[in-house]
Amino acid sequence: MGASAFLHPGLWLAAAGVAAFFLRGRARAALLLAAPLAALAFLWLIPDGAHGRWTFLGLEATLLRVDRLARLFATIFAIMAFAGALFALRQESRIELPAAFVYAGASIGAVLAGDLVTLFLFWELMAVGSTLVLWSAGPQAWAASRRYLLMHLLGGVLLMAGIAGHVAATGQVAFEAMRPDSVARALILAGFLLNAGAPPVSAWLPDAYPESSWSGMVFLAAFTTKTAVYVLLRGFAGTEILVPLGLFMVFYGIAYAIVEDDMRRLLAYSIVSQVGFMVTAAGIGTAMAVNGAAAHAFAHILYKGLLLMAVGAVLRETGERRLSALGGLARRMPVAAAGAIVGALSISAFPLTSGFVTKSMISQAAADAHLQAVWLALAAASAGTCLYAGLKLPWFAFFERESGRPAKDPPATMRAAIGLLAFLCLALGVAPGALYALLPHPVDYGPYTAGHVVAMLQVLLFSALAFALLLPVLRRAPGGRMRDADWLWRRLVPGIWAPLEAAMAALRGGITTPATLFARRATDAIARFGAPTGAFGRVWATRTMMVWVVLLLAALLLLSYR
Amino acid sequence: MLSQHFPILLVALPLIAAPLIVLGRSGFLGWIASLAVTGAATLMAGALLAKTTAAGTISYAVGSWPPPWGIEYRVDAANALVALLVSAVALVAMPYARRSVSAEIGQDRQYLFYALLMLCLSGLLGMTLTGDAFNLFVFLEISSLSTYVLIALGRDRRALTAAYQYLILGTTGATLYVIGVGMLYLATGTLNLADMAARLPDVSDTRPGVAGLAFITAGIGLKFALFPLHAWLPGAYTYAPSVVSAFLAATATKVSAYVLMRLYFSVYGVDAVFRDMPLGPVLAVLSVAALFVASAAAIVQRDLKRLLAYSSVAQMGYITLGISLGSATGLAAAVAHLVNHGVTKGALFLLAGGIALRAGGTGLERVAGLGRTMPLTAFAFVVGGLSLIGIPGTAGFASKWALVSAAIGDGQWWVAAAVLLSSLLAVAYVWRFVECAYFRDPPQDAPAPGEAPADMTGPALALTAAVVAGGLLAAPVLEASARAAAALMGLAR
Repeated sequence: MGASAFLHPGLWLAAAGVAAFFLRGRARAALLLAAPLAALAFLWLIPDGAHGRWTFLGLEATLLRVDRLARLFATIFAIMAFAGALFALRQESRIELPAAFVYAGASIGAVLAGDLVTLFLFWELMAVGSTLVLWSAGPQAWAASRRYLLMHLLGGVLLMAGIAGHVAATGQVAFEAMRPDSVARALILAGFLLNAGAPPVSAWLPDAYPESSWSGMVFLAAFTTKTAVYVLLRGFAGTEILVPLGLFMVFYGIAYAIVEDDMRRLLAYSIVSQVGFMVTAAGIGTAMAVNGAAAHAFAHILYKGLLLMAVGAVLRETGERRLSALGGLARRMPVAAAGAIVGALSISAFPLTSGFVTKSMISQAAADAHLQAVWLALAAASAGTCLYAGLKLPWFAFFERESGRPAKDPPATMRAAIGLLAFLCLALGVAPGALYALLPHPVDYGPYTAGHVVAMLQVLLFSALAFALLLPVLRRAPGGRMRDADWLWRRLVPGIWAPLEAAMAALRGGITTPATLFARRATDAIARFGAPTGAFGRVWATRTMMVWVVLLLAALLLLSYR
Repeated sequence: MLSQHFPILLVALPLIAAPLIVLGRSGFLGWIASLAVTGAATLMAGALLAKTTAAGTISYAVGSWPPPWGIEYRVDAANALVALLVSAVALVAMPYARRSVSAEIGQDRQYLFYALLMLCLSGLLGMTLTGDAFNLFVFLEISSLSTYVLIALGRDRRALTAAYQYLILGTTGATLYVIGVGMLYLATGTLNLADMAARLPDVSDTRPGVAGLAFITAGIGLKFALFPLHAWLPGAYTYAPSVVSAFLAATATKVSAYVLMRLYFSVYGVDAVFRDMPLGPVLAVLSVAALFVASAAAIVQRDLKRLLAYSSVAQMGYITLGISLGSATGLAAAVAHLVNHGVTKGALFLLAGGIALRAGGTGLERVAGLGRTMPLTAFAFVVGGLSLIGIPGTAGFASKWALVSAAIGDGQWWVAAAVLLSSLLAVAYVWRFVECAYFRDPPQDAPAPGEAPADMTGPALALTAAVVAGGLLAAPVLEASARAAAALMGLAR
């Protein structure tokens, strides 16, 4: 191992997490705040190239591979670990932050991994770490954390089978660009996509993340899906199937987010939708698209973190997640409200915010690649995003009617975290050059042309108009009704929504219901069969055992008879 | 030089210690003697492994009667590894045994316990090291007979039923094995395994040769709980004293699996077993059935030890699946899993023994809230559970990876798929423990929080640490397994 391998930012971050578990008070806080900064410094001290060759399971593995793409993702992960730690210092759970650091460290390790085996090791550590983050939220999260863990171990199984097959076929463990042209590599792609929240299993994300604690979701939203985006960009850029998959995710997320009343579930659907933008870009696969996806991942981590912090502050203060039960908090929680607004503007890609300078790159990539339909779909999606996240979320949480809930702004550390991310969102929007300089490919693109700005403002104004027109309806249909208000989005853009809605209904009804039923029957049968009173699980009579011995012996003799 | 007698000393030392312990009639002296014997055995087995690694096969003629007329002890990279596993697990279990045995077995019978344990150890090591088919049967009976009594020493009265069932089944297995050996003797005129291997190619397609293989497969299969001949195992592991469960789970089935490997790959040879006879598909189907059915049964158990026992049946399926591939890589994976699972299950059963002592039982209702009352034990148990699932960073991952790679390398995608999918069932049964230990409140009559005594927790944690070490530094075990597989397959040529 070279000296650079000892600077492995991910391992140090994870180690700091474990150490923090045993610390209390100021020492714990100091460690948790210093570790991500140290990881960031280490990351930038390591020169480009491969470091830390090691042998695992007889394979030549590479612990660290640093290049522009990997460094970009590792950088934003370290920044987010710092902001998240700052926000979560007040978290009562002693497990959450240490687990989050292991999780963040594993994510950094995954994006820096130079080969598939190292990647897989960190991939599984991410699954364990993130499950712990979710689980530490308390009893209401336990069932969700079990489903989450099983889903991610299933993804790990797919990935492991794929990697083993790929290694067996090629003798290569290096993680480079590939095509899904064999069973093994298709399995690798499937494993990656599962973590990205791609269909048909997108639902694991909104099922699990909202159950985490007020601070836990800030971490969960940042790492797993974005690591998946990274590996797609690295391994499968230009794979055509990613374009329709990504677009499906975009609209799936938007459709559910518009009707969702629970603000954290809304943001979870929003993650699927935003990651869909990046998956689409990975599918386009041009230098511009890869740049756009990477930049959008960077920006998305910041503004989604910001939105989740604002919402987390509200949750911590009021214990309420339903938008229909909130409202009018802007006066009592001005910092959270300001954070939410900056985040909402960013996610809506409002000019002078981070979302604008990154999302427009993806649209531009689609246009450059002459994918008119994709370009149009992305523009429509921008309008939808603005509607649910840019307007609906902040309006119903912080304005609208007075809910009369007693609330106040969160403590200083949490306010600082919100301020930090809000600053970064705006800074990226005002001066995108700094981010563009970090992107994997040279950037010859300026977002602030009159055409871009006007086009985007038109889209946003259209959304605002739609929102204003629909507001009376939304008011009359508060709470639970909104969840059933499928007419809202069916009428909104009928051409797009109706088939989508039918598809989703078919997915839910046609697959989920029978599958659930089958699963329940199967588990019941297993329980009856294997339980200590069941035919299999009970103590067998000795003669039953002997019958099996005779049967097996007879079978063996018969089979070998010639 | 003394070291050249290690093969026989390894077997003879515990065999001699057993009657001496009985004569001593003291539990404490028995314990001291057992500790000394297992310590010496571990050192000798380690020395043998080092020697076989460096210098190849060691042939030891008992009483200086040259093979094939005398009994030969033949040590190579394969059985030296198994002998090290057996003696090392016995050694780790010894400090643990003192308190655990005091709690579970009456003062007046403790010396008998140690004597029987030494007999069992001697039998297992003899089975491992001998190069003689009939001598193997003798040691099989020594280990089996002592095991029946050891299981019957359990506190629960159901231990008697379990021991009785195991006695009937185990004896049947031994009988089938000896019938098979008789047929081989008939066909080849020799009992020396190496000699037999040399003569078998001429007669392996004769009726006695073929039938002998069927009888041996069924007989040895019974001893390592080949599905569906596994039904004796859950009872035996559940009701035996804690130390016995741990020792047997880690070693007994593993030694029998090794014997099957030896007979298949060294004596009959790959061609005879897997090309001329359809044992590959038969074993593969039974193994896959074990993976799914036994894992599913483990999920719905209500007792921790019983859950682990069903898990053992399933995990033996991975070993036989590796054998069924009939390739060097598959066999290496099987050997690796034999070692890794032995260590993992040993650790888990030792932890379960600590839980039994502190929480007053291993029913899942007694396990409730363990995360709070015995945090260290609960955490170590989860680590062991992760190894059963095959999470990276644990020993179970290394061998599962080897198995999947071997299956894919042989073009057996469905085997790889079965291995990986069944590991999701392992998630479910490990989760049962997690759910009980961390998500539930301790029962009303739970004892005050605290770990089991240090001399019990220590060995259990040491084995757990070995599980993690085997995951992080997987290379030594995998390399040793590859050498073992080469040794097993080389003898046939």
